[in-house]
Amino acid sequence: MPSRIDARRFRSISRRELLKLTPVLALGAFAVPKLRERLLKAGLGFSDWASAKLFRPGHLAPTFADSDLTPFDKFPINGYDVEDPEVDLDKWTLTVSGAVQKPGEYSLAQIKTLSGLTQNTRHVCVEGWDVIGRFEGVRLSDFLKMIGADPNARFIAVECADDYYESLDMATALHPQTLLCYGMYGQPLTRKHGAPLRLTIPTKIGYKQAKYLTDLKVSHVLEKAGYWEDQGYSQFYGL
Amino acid sequence: MATRAIEVEDPKTGELTEAVYEHPLVIRLCHWVNAVALFVLVGSGLQIFRAFPSFGSKIPENDLIDWPKALALGGWLGGALQWHLTFMWIYIATGALYVGYQIFSGNYRQILFGPRDLSGVWPMVRHYFFFGPKPPSKEAYNPLQKHAYTSAIALGVLSVLTGLAIWKPVQFSWLAWLMGGFHLARLWHFLIMWAMLAFVFGHLVMVVLHGWNNFVSMLTGWKKDPEYPSS
Repeated sequence: MPSRIDARRFRSISRRELLKLTPVLALGAFAVPKLRERLLKAGLGFSDWASAKLFRPGHLAPTFADSDLTPFDKFPINGYDVEDPEVDLDKWTLTVSGAVQKPGEYSLAQIKTLSGLTQNTRHVCVEGWDVIGRFEGVRLSDFLKMIGADPNARFIAVECADDYYESLDMATALHPQTLLCYGMYGQPLTRKHGAPLRLTIPTKIGYKQAKYLTDLKVSHVLEKAGYWEDQGYSQFYGL
Repeated sequence: MATRAIEVEDPKTGELTEAVYEHPLVIRLCHWVNAVALFVLVGSGLQIFRAFPSFGSKIPENDLIDWPKALALGGWLGGALQWHLTFMWIYIATGALYVGYQIFSGNYRQILFGPRDLSGVWPMVRHYFFFGPKPPSKEAYNPLQKHAYTSAIALGVLSVLTGLAIWKPVQFSWLAWLMGGFHLARLWHFLIMWAMLAFVFGHLVMVVLHGWNNFVSMLTGWKKDPEYPSS
């Protein structure tokens, strides 16, 4: 470009440079309701894909000293419907189905024959609050071995006494801190906290950690992602 | 600095006006897309904050403020998260491209605040806030502007890091640890947003004060009649 041009030429250069910004207008697609829905779904999907990539099977969530625990009475109770779905604890069994060698009913006593463990881990709610709780249970990975789950299966789907439902990717299900939890703070799980059995997953957000489990299905394809996922929440939401 | 400068000749009067190419296309694109993304992230972030407007415990919950829904984006927590988790990628991508291009092109010298800018800070503060004389312009940006832009970039990086610590406190547990844990990271993320908004406010005030030619330069790249010598 010469060092001196006339004003008309300058205006045309300026106009051309301005037009080069038109790609910015592509963001306007988010203003169109139909497109917006699809774009946001894609954005959420991309975030889930990235989350799954970031997940490291061997990386443990931080654990805490007993002195760091949130007092039991200050551990929030979040239910989507009822706080106590009135499970008949004496007759309760976990119904196992899907890609497993030993489907059927499993009692709490049978589940407890697996080696139990206690962990103090952080529970993070999607709303933004967090608490540190003490959880007792057995590794979900041990239970999956017990029922002879197909190692090539991809998902674990659970259903709950309050009609809540959730799902887990296999990598998270096999994580050593993912528990079938039957106790908190040294006591059997209270009804409001999900008696008799709930999921505790320190590598996942709170809503993935379903309470009052009644059914567990091992599957290759995901039929239902989860209650909140169906409302628009992230499916993977790994921490 | 290799800023391209030309003289624009008025065909009728023959009058010459100087013009400099200040903002390369990549910088302009990133600036505008990032500005939109920031706007969306603040709006959706405040909607997310409405779900638990506190930095204390959940029980008992002491809400700081009932942030008006009209000043938030997404309608509800799940909707806001969709906006936030979508636009954070746009924000990160344009932010990274912006910083990468500034470094690669050498254009960063225009806005990076360095030790040699220190001596010019006080005269500029005196001019802006205490009616002092206007220090002569030697470069495209004065020391205070450089300070503002350098800080904004630092805030941008911090907003991503604190966000990452909240989103992935397990996979990036070291990051959350650096910030004093998940709980505090959420507070830093929130405060950094306000610092960023303070920058945006100051930025907009200065854009208005500096006039049309200055504003146009972020659209066309060219600044007519710059206040500083181009060579």
